[in-house]
Amino acid sequence: MTVNLIPRRPLWAIRGSLDRRIHWLIACCGLLLVLLAWWLASTGGAVDPVFLPTPPLVLNSAWEWLHDGDLLGDIAISVYRVVAGFLLSAVLALPLGVLVGTYAPVKALFEPLTDFIRYMPAAAFIPLVMLWVGIDEGAKIAIIFIGTFFQMLLMIAEDVRRVPMEQIEAAQTMGADRDEIVMRVIMPSAKPAILDTLRVTMGWAWTYLVVAELVAANSGLGFAVLKAQRFLQTDKIFAGIILIGLFGLATDQCFRWAHRRSFPWLYRR
Amino acid sequence: MTSPIIQIRQLQKRFAANGADIVALQDADLDIAPGEFVTLVGASGCGKSTLLRIVGGLEPASGGSVSVDGVPIAGPGIDRAMVFQHYSLYPWLTVTENITFCRQLKVHRDVSTLSDVESAEGRADALVRLMGLSHVADAYPNQLSGGMQQRVAIARALMARPRILLMDEPFGALDAQTREVMHDLILHVSILEKTTVLFVTHDVEEAIYLAHRVVLMAPRPGHIAAVHTVPLQDHRDQDMKQTPGFIALKKQILAGIRETSGMQTNYELLERLGQNPAP
Repeated sequence: MTVNLIPRRPLWAIRGSLDRRIHWLIACCGLLLVLLAWWLASTGGAVDPVFLPTPPLVLNSAWEWLHDGDLLGDIAISVYRVVAGFLLSAVLALPLGVLVGTYAPVKALFEPLTDFIRYMPAAAFIPLVMLWVGIDEGAKIAIIFIGTFFQMLLMIAEDVRRVPMEQIEAAQTMGADRDEIVMRVIMPSAKPAILDTLRVTMGWAWTYLVVAELVAANSGLGFAVLKAQRFLQTDKIFAGIILIGLFGLATDQCFRWAHRRSFPWLYRR
Repeated sequence: MTSPIIQIRQLQKRFAANGADIVALQDADLDIAPGEFVTLVGASGCGKSTLLRIVGGLEPASGGSVSVDGVPIAGPGIDRAMVFQHYSLYPWLTVTENITFCRQLKVHRDVSTLSDVESAEGRADALVRLMGLSHVADAYPNQLSGGMQQRVAIARALMARPRILLMDEPFGALDAQTREVMHDLILHVSILEKTTVLFVTHDVEEAIYLAHRVVLMAPRPGHIAAVHTVPLQDHRDQDMKQTPGFIALKKQILAGIRETSGMQTNYELLERLGQNPAP
């Protein structure tokens, strides 16, 4: 009889951690479970495929989209819109957020205003955006911008405010001036949190895609979903939604990878 | 006494909280000689940290003055380095990079000649070795224990050769054994560097062991209640904590803190509870 000398990590410890392999095994189970439930529910014949298409139907629809339609073109234009809207937000929210989180007058000027605007539904801005920006690419990018910028600004300001005062004061007693404190202490200290904020808001940018493509679009993943809705092509709606989800997941993983690469000190113990 | 390096005169700090005017520090007077090690103790709310932070230039005073070498201070300066209890190290920099952080700043860079750079590198090396950090020089702060992190913080503060070292409960989060090691280390360094040290703590034993003089502060309003000269020779060792002089001073200061803390044990109530033990 052999005795296992390495104690197994308990699965149900409070705030416990899992072995990497077990983690991925369970994660895959979660995905497969949903897939299985979907398959069973849709193939049993109990539900009309118009309400719930079967997984092969959805796959087939994606295949047709790729062959007969312009799936790659739709993907390209949607990625372009999401990335452009997100980058525009980030380019403006980054410096402004750092200033709001650092200087009280800038905070007083922008924070209440931003708090107010961020509760306004991005979709409700569509008519205004069409009036102001027109109906071409700028309008779609503007909607994604409106959906992400204000949240991003507040979150980056909060990331900056969470830099420990001791780190700033230590620099002050070492002779750092204001610019040096911002560039050499606050920025590097807040960077990991800011990258996380960008990751989360990038996810929101993807969720605004369908809203953005409500604006006089004739291409894109969101537009395809909307068009499929008009013709009750539920299989294509499924395909479009799942594709958007997959792209969101992929960008999320890229951000996580960049986080590990850029901030190695956070991952060393 | 030689002319003081730090002169604190009629120092006051008030602030408004919930509409009430709170006096955090009232009429504090203190002279500190060059090379002197002075500790500040007292019940919470006595203004000891406030006093230290004003000397560091991190908080403005409401009245009175602090002068260093006769010059009134206006804000933080490289002659006064500060060591905090925690969270002050830069987690994205290695131990060596943390220690040499001040070299990246303009105030230190403007005057850099080649020999300055060489002497700075030599000093960084010496500090790393002195603080026993050689084997972790390339590690990041979060890979170190609390005691090691505070060694880095002290080395970083000393890097620019400050004349005054301000320490705000720097060992408050360390365990007792590590703290004793750190006591002997900081004493050694302060004598070696001839640094004047102003040190805030709530640990009376620590206050006596380290200091030439212990300043006892009291709350409501925060003020200096007494200044005790420690009857021990400059070269300290742990056995001195058992000497009658040390123990007597410790008792005296502890009694002073108890008197002023406003927290008293209600013996009468304790006795009554004892007579009616809970079922």
